[in-house]
Amino acid sequence: MISFDLNGEPRSITPGASVADLAREIGLDPAKIAVERNLEIVPRSTLSDVIIVDGDKIEIVHFVGGGQ
Amino acid sequence: MATKSRLCISWVAGNSHPMTQNVDSWTVAGRTFTSRLIVGTGKYKDFAQNAAAVEASGAEIVTVAVRRVNVSDPKAPMLTDFIDPNKIMYLPNTAGCFTADDAIRTLRLAREAGGWDIVKLEVLGEAKTLYPDMRETLKATETLANEGFKPMVYCTDDPIAAKQLEEAGAVAVMPLGAPIGSGLGIQNRVTIRLIVENASVPVLVDAGVGTASDAGVAMELGCEGVLMNTAIAEAKDPVMMARAMRLAVESGRLAYMAGRMGKRMYADPSSPLAGLI
Repeated sequence: MISFDLNGEPRSITPGASVADLAREIGLDPAKIAVERNLEIVPRSTLSDVIIVDGDKIEIVHFVGGGQ
Repeated sequence: MATKSRLCISWVAGNSHPMTQNVDSWTVAGRTFTSRLIVGTGKYKDFAQNAAAVEASGAEIVTVAVRRVNVSDPKAPMLTDFIDPNKIMYLPNTAGCFTADDAIRTLRLAREAGGWDIVKLEVLGEAKTLYPDMRETLKATETLANEGFKPMVYCTDDPIAAKQLEEAGAVAVMPLGAPIGSGLGIQNRVTIRLIVENASVPVLVDAGVGTASDAGVAMELGCEGVLMNTAIAEAKDPVMMARAMRLAVESGRLAYMAGRMGKRMYADPSSPLAGLI
């Protein structure tokens, strides 16, 4: 298994899984999220191409209510 | 177009003297809006109340925050289920960011999540006052503008700082009227007026509005618009307050456009003196 951090929490996934696979596993709609991998934006069009490797730090964010 | 024509009709019907320009609008970074009220989407009881308040406010832009998804509960209701980003423009903010780097990182993610360039930058200096850190704000504005963002920038009510932000690429400057969430109203009308007079980008009062008259003051000073969150969300009846704010912003704008009377030190009767018995 591949060990990585997702939103600051340790997690594991099968080798060869992409960021899109991860989103699907969690149950997220890729159209509503943005992904950062090791501080670099992962463009939505490439989510299926980016393979998660050991030690990756992945952030998945979305829009929530907020003012100032 | 439907929104525009509806607005047009209601304005004419609501006034015995129809305005010569029947649709009042403002433009930021090439986008034109008829509502001059931008509302936040934080602090509401629930999404339904939030959506009802946005509707009552007439806002065409709402601010939103960028946060980690809840991985353990991905099916929890989301803001986008209640406020449709295709109808209301989402303006992503950097609330909670205390450095230029954090703010830039947040907005890069926001651009990826939303797909648009107009963003709201705020870099805070300290938690107690949530006062902007202008050194970091200016730095972030330059970087964002260079990366193709169109930043609307929260700032101090300092005419020089506002001009510097504009020169750095801010598409709108958004001075505070009073500290965020304080509801104290416009504390310094002189500096807000000076910022408006000097600016060649839209000026919007951002933060400090507590009640409808505060929004009216901002608009009477010539601001292009007002951004508020807590004043509506923490009212006893947020939906009614949202409507009050809508009316206040519209009437403040009309008063500014109409041009107020001059102030006098003493009385001046408005009934004729001739023909007194």
